[in-house]
Amino acid sequence: MTTTSELPETAPETRYIGKPIKRREDPRLMTGQGSFLDDIRLPGMSYAEVVRSPYAHANIKMIDTGAAKSMPGVLGVFTGDDFMDINPLPCAWQAGKVTNNVNTPRVLAVDKVCQVGDPVAVVVAETPYQARDAAAAVDVDYEELPAVTDAKATTADGAPQLHENAPNNIVLTWECGTDADSVDAALKAADVHVTEEIRNQRLIPTAIETRGSIGRYDPGTDEYTLWETSQCPHVHRLLLAAFVMNIPEHKLRVIAPDIGGGFGQKIFLYWDMPLVLALAKKVGRPVKYVEDRSSNYLTATHGRDHVTDVEIGATNDGHITALKVKTWANLGAYLSTIAPGIPTTLYGRMVAGCYKIPNIHVDVVATYSNTAMVDAYRGAGRPEAAYLVERVCDLVAHATGVDPAEVRRRNFIQPEDFPYDTGVGMLPYDSGNYEQAFDRALEQVGYKELRAEQQRRRRNSDPKLLGIGLSSYVEVCGVAPSKWIGLPGEGWGAGLWESANVRVHLTGKIVATTGSLPHGQGHETSFSQLVAEELGVPIEDVEIQHGDTAGTPFGFGTYGSRSLAVGGIAMYKSLQKVKEKARRIAAHMLEASPEDIVWENGKAHVKGSPEQAKTLGEIALQASVAYDLPDGMEPYLDETTYYDPPNCTFPFGTHVCVVEIDRETGEIALRRYVAVDDVGNVVNPLIVDGQLHGGIAQGLSQALYEGAVYAENGELLTGTMNDYAMPRASMVPTYELDRTVTPSPTNPMGVKGAGEAGTIAATPAVANAVLDALRPFGIENLDMPLTPPKVWAAMHHAAGAAQAAD
Amino acid sequence: MFPTEFAYHRATSVQDAIAFLGANPDAKVLAGGHSLIPAMKLRLAAPGALVDIGRIESLHAIDVRPDGAKIGAMATYNDIRDNAGIARIYPILPEAIAEIGDAQVRERGTFGGSLAHADPAADLTAVFLALNGEIAVTGPNGDRTIKADDLFVDLWTTTLETDEIITSVILPAPPASNGMGYEKHAHPASGYAVVGIAAVLGFSADKTCESARIAVTGATSKATRLTGVEQALTGQKLTAELVSSAAGQASDGLDINGDLYASEEYRAHLVNVLTRRVLTSAAGL
Amino acid sequence: MAEAPAKIETQRITLTVNGQEHAEEVEPRMLLVHFLRDQLGLTGTHVGCDTSQCGACVVDVNGKTTKSCTMFAVQADGAEITTIEGLASEGAYHPVQEGFWEMHGLQCGYCTPGMIMSSVALLKRNPHPSEQEIRHELEGNICRCTGYQNIVRAVQYAADKMGESGAASAD
Repeated sequence: MTTTSELPETAPETRYIGKPIKRREDPRLMTGQGSFLDDIRLPGMSYAEVVRSPYAHANIKMIDTGAAKSMPGVLGVFTGDDFMDINPLPCAWQAGKVTNNVNTPRVLAVDKVCQVGDPVAVVVAETPYQARDAAAAVDVDYEELPAVTDAKATTADGAPQLHENAPNNIVLTWECGTDADSVDAALKAADVHVTEEIRNQRLIPTAIETRGSIGRYDPGTDEYTLWETSQCPHVHRLLLAAFVMNIPEHKLRVIAPDIGGGFGQKIFLYWDMPLVLALAKKVGRPVKYVEDRSSNYLTATHGRDHVTDVEIGATNDGHITALKVKTWANLGAYLSTIAPGIPTTLYGRMVAGCYKIPNIHVDVVATYSNTAMVDAYRGAGRPEAAYLVERVCDLVAHATGVDPAEVRRRNFIQPEDFPYDTGVGMLPYDSGNYEQAFDRALEQVGYKELRAEQQRRRRNSDPKLLGIGLSSYVEVCGVAPSKWIGLPGEGWGAGLWESANVRVHLTGKIVATTGSLPHGQGHETSFSQLVAEELGVPIEDVEIQHGDTAGTPFGFGTYGSRSLAVGGIAMYKSLQKVKEKARRIAAHMLEASPEDIVWENGKAHVKGSPEQAKTLGEIALQASVAYDLPDGMEPYLDETTYYDPPNCTFPFGTHVCVVEIDRETGEIALRRYVAVDDVGNVVNPLIVDGQLHGGIAQGLSQALYEGAVYAENGELLTGTMNDYAMPRASMVPTYELDRTVTPSPTNPMGVKGAGEAGTIAATPAVANAVLDALRPFGIENLDMPLTPPKVWAAMHHAAGAAQAAD
Repeated sequence: MFPTEFAYHRATSVQDAIAFLGANPDAKVLAGGHSLIPAMKLRLAAPGALVDIGRIESLHAIDVRPDGAKIGAMATYNDIRDNAGIARIYPILPEAIAEIGDAQVRERGTFGGSLAHADPAADLTAVFLALNGEIAVTGPNGDRTIKADDLFVDLWTTTLETDEIITSVILPAPPASNGMGYEKHAHPASGYAVVGIAAVLGFSADKTCESARIAVTGATSKATRLTGVEQALTGQKLTAELVSSAAGQASDGLDINGDLYASEEYRAHLVNVLTRRVLTSAAGL
Repeated sequence: MAEAPAKIETQRITLTVNGQEHAEEVEPRMLLVHFLRDQLGLTGTHVGCDTSQCGACVVDVNGKTTKSCTMFAVQADGAEITTIEGLASEGAYHPVQEGFWEMHGLQCGYCTPGMIMSSVALLKRNPHPSEQEIRHELEGNICRCTGYQNIVRAVQYAADKMGESGAASAD
């Protein structure tokens, strides 16, 4: 492990931070004692099922609920007309400083449907079986309309129009970077000029737990409770109360129980959330709605789906001098909660990657189409940017004859350049040493030897084609500060700070709350490590609470790899406040001055007199019984922080993938996968490595397996797990991980974020490897997923096929 | 995920099951259930009644003798895979079974059920053809057998009548000197065969190929024998060149499917390549 | 009220789940997974798909590894079933559970019960699996979080541990 930290050579010995502590969440999860949404059983529970449109685009002529209403066990059948007092869902992140033509879903479609699966009616029944039976008995008449599904095609003249306020189905047009004329001039002046159409296909996030919600209404107190599969219950409470249902925020409690994975899809406010609340009031019973997997595939959000025309200028020796990017981002039938922010702030402003590119212009056209909504999916904009710029590096390598590794090396931002402004409107990159991570990855994989082997195999017409794929990435995490990302700047209509409360109870036991919301990331462990480390207590004395708006201060939730870099720092700051107050109490108890108190091994003592120390428990007791506190001090150790960082954090690294392709069948074997990541300081390496593993699997799966496909009529052809290829254990390799550590100067813990790095890095590493293997065929680019049939067809039909076979 | 209502009858004997089928025209047979239940969960199938033949003891037996094997219709894939006699005489079966679905499908799915369902991309349909098997069937009019070559009609369609039940799969003894094998390219999501090729070759003492049964699954609407290849090999001493040239024609004349994952062209190519590979290995070349 | 469909009779089944006997009335169409979760309250067995792909619902039925979403409760009449809740005995985790904890073989934990039950079945079939065999035998269980590497390690951990204890008890 290499450290480029400015920290002292001998870091203080830690007890918890940096240690691979086994997760505290695991015992309940590995024994079946977790409590996921569908595990919750309330007295009197009833079950909702919706009737979904079979058409991608149609007018609703008539809905007959009569037969359904008389089915056994049915408590009620409702249509959109029954919920006209509920507003359409809000779009909370509209692209900054441009017009957004906003159309968002209602709880049930009214008059018109815009995608297959749009809910048009809902049944509530005694059992889920009865609810399905009755839903099947609802009779709906549609007038089918022509549909359009492709991002580029949807803006073409004559394409079917989805929404009156969005001519040509355009949600927004947005640009960033150097002015287009300058970039054109730079392109013209370049030695080498390359153009390509690069597609980043649509993906379905597929957390193994689908989405669901449970609504309960208490007429005695006029209070609503919503249990939901959510990455951000506080945000949902705010949106539901203030914008959707017009109920007072304090009359709504939102609870996220154990969450079975999210990957972005559970960030968003969905129609079923207000629906179950309204239904609970209507039928006077708690109402549960849980999606089937095929419903999840139809109408929960998807990710990616960009088509990009890129023009590249470079010098003969591989320096990239200009990039002109035009991207069509398919946002689906309606706008999901933060959809416009993804292809703009999180994509357009990251296309420079880790390279110094003097002229970049990005145009983004976000569009509607008769498909599922597209919003953040693990990486959210950054994978699309990384894929683009990493494909650009390889295209430049091919065009100039410079080795792909050398192209990257020649264009890297250097350590002394930080903080670095890429010129496309992103906040300055905080810190980095890109070449160091790059060198380490190349060394570990044996890059030179592999290139030699590749040459040998090509000369010998080896039946297996060797491919080496490089991907150097930088991403933005801990997205903040509010004054930049908020409404006046980037269009996110709120802050993006995070909260933490730390209470040391009378008995010395500690309860800490966070506004972030774990759904697999292990906050209960890593945040406990932080608390135990800072306060010098055993980790067993710490409990982390989250997920219930009734018990935790407002927080924005978990996404964008922000939990530690924002939520963790809020926690860290609350801990410092607790320590400071404890120091003052200890000083009082020891009759010393607070400046003379030092913390050591979880105890406070006067400098030079460690034998007379006060434990945190003793201090907490003193703070709690409160009869002998410093003058004017409030009782109790209880501190809250709302932390708004001064900048984002920018993790980086290099991944290298080595593939072997069967010349005859196009079948791809993953031979090696090496990843060197720099996520700043690490609290729990076990958890960080796990995040990277999972991220890499998702990223490589985009390159090789996954892709949501619609028929021209808007039918989702990959509508079940029988068709949508999820990676299985036999389809992924062993990941060889290593790290460099470049602490972020943005926050006092020097942390950056690790949740999305693997996904961002892996897709281009694998795609570049496959395309590198296919170089002898003269193939410049192929659209993902790079399946054997596609790879074989490309080889089979390539102009260079004959030559390659020589 | 929530099937429609149906009446359930647990059959105590084959006759009992036949009687129930006769009395309930909308009834279906529930064996391992690994094709039927998934369809019912999506409400793509909604039989009014199910007759469960899972507890009929006689349908579970596997009997391997010198003159052939009789595999009860309810014998699961793993029952077959783990049977030492089967593994010795019909190594193609454990080889192909290892490629079926997943561990749970192999544990509960049945040979008989797979044949009755006749999924165009199932694995054992091609193996059954290559092994020149037949099924023993019982119906209201008594017992009969259906030869492999006469069983498959089209997608999910066989010559089995709706009121008939497969009681066993009968496999003749393979040629004394033989080579057999199964090669498959699996769909990345479903695990079904995009193309699967099963081959059983018989050799004379001087290594002449005396018999060849080669069948494809996944590429066409039903498991189908590659008779052109069989003819090209029969009576010949097999060489790499001969196998390669015969396999190169394997897809000729087949009506090959294309789908979202694989084009007709790719499937046709795979038929040829996998045929060559399985023959090369079966012939010990 | 319109004419109700012909009433389908419920059936009485008796079965043993995690060592405890149950006698219950079930609709024939009730999937075993719904029976375990909704009727017996054993919610550790999860549902992650509707096409018998994901394996979150895997349990042991009469010694056979089984997707409980692909079996009707009536078919399990008389069966002995072990679910994730019944795996640990007398407070001691099963070596596979231990392996998942030690090796960080789970993140969100949703696929975990099924993954653990399949791993237990895998090791029963093959006590000393190679990495490739582990990956192949777990094809019926989909995990979106871990990228599988630590799941493989968890199974290897359990295989080693069970090998040791097997060797010890053979002494």
